[in-house]
Amino acid sequence: MPTTFTKIASVTVGSGGASTIDFTSIPSTYTDLCVALSLRTNNDPDGGAYGICAISFNGSTSNLTQKRLQGSGSAASSFSFSNAQFPVDGSANTASTFANGSVYFPNYAGSDYKSFSIDNVMEQNSTTTFMTLIAGLWSQTSAVNQLTFSAVSGSFVQYSTATLYGINKS
Amino acid sequence: MADTKIEVNCATGKVSEIELTAEEVAQRTADAKAYADAKAAEDADKAAKAADKAALLERLGITEEEAALLLG
Repeated sequence: MPTTFTKIASVTVGSGGASTIDFTSIPSTYTDLCVALSLRTNNDPDGGAYGICAISFNGSTSNLTQKRLQGSGSAASSFSFSNAQFPVDGSANTASTFANGSVYFPNYAGSDYKSFSIDNVMEQNSTTTFMTLIAGLWSQTSAVNQLTFSAVSGSFVQYSTATLYGINKS
Repeated sequence: MADTKIEVNCATGKVSEIELTAEEVAQRTADAKAYADAKAAEDADKAAKAADKAALLERLGITEEEAALLLG
């Protein structure tokens, strides 16, 4: 079990917005990584439902797979995708609301393939609001030293935040 | 307005707000295509399930409400 969370870095998006939040030169001195996210985009690639955040590993979105369980407020569904993308609040969602969630990366500095999990919910005054649980895999043996969170369309709006934690196990 | 990124160097703590490189812009385009492909697959999956369900109900000769009663 993780015994300590150490904040490595935190970003709050300013008034101009930002397409991407990029954590580089992540030290390999921890056991696991966790990123706490509060995100909203100013765009809506789904034509009315939500924004999308994509995660890159060491600058790459290749060799990624995910199994997703998703609840919409009225139905449950599951999917398999070859990416590390997940829904967040977008321009079509209730104003000033942000999706919140966390992404956990166990054994990120090891030499095995890198698994990760995403636990994320959107916020909205509507029946249709997605909550998402993702089991993901980056099929590469390199240590993770860079994590990038990108708005697939548009930008993350002001006050979106991402905080990277390192976790040590006893 | 140009696309920008907030880069945090975790070794130094330095935070920079910089324009995306051409390579990073291309990556965003690839991300958008990946999303569109995934969404298309998701929609196709939903449509296929709905079609399978409708075909089964038709074979059974019952309505969706009647099927719900049977399973309830």
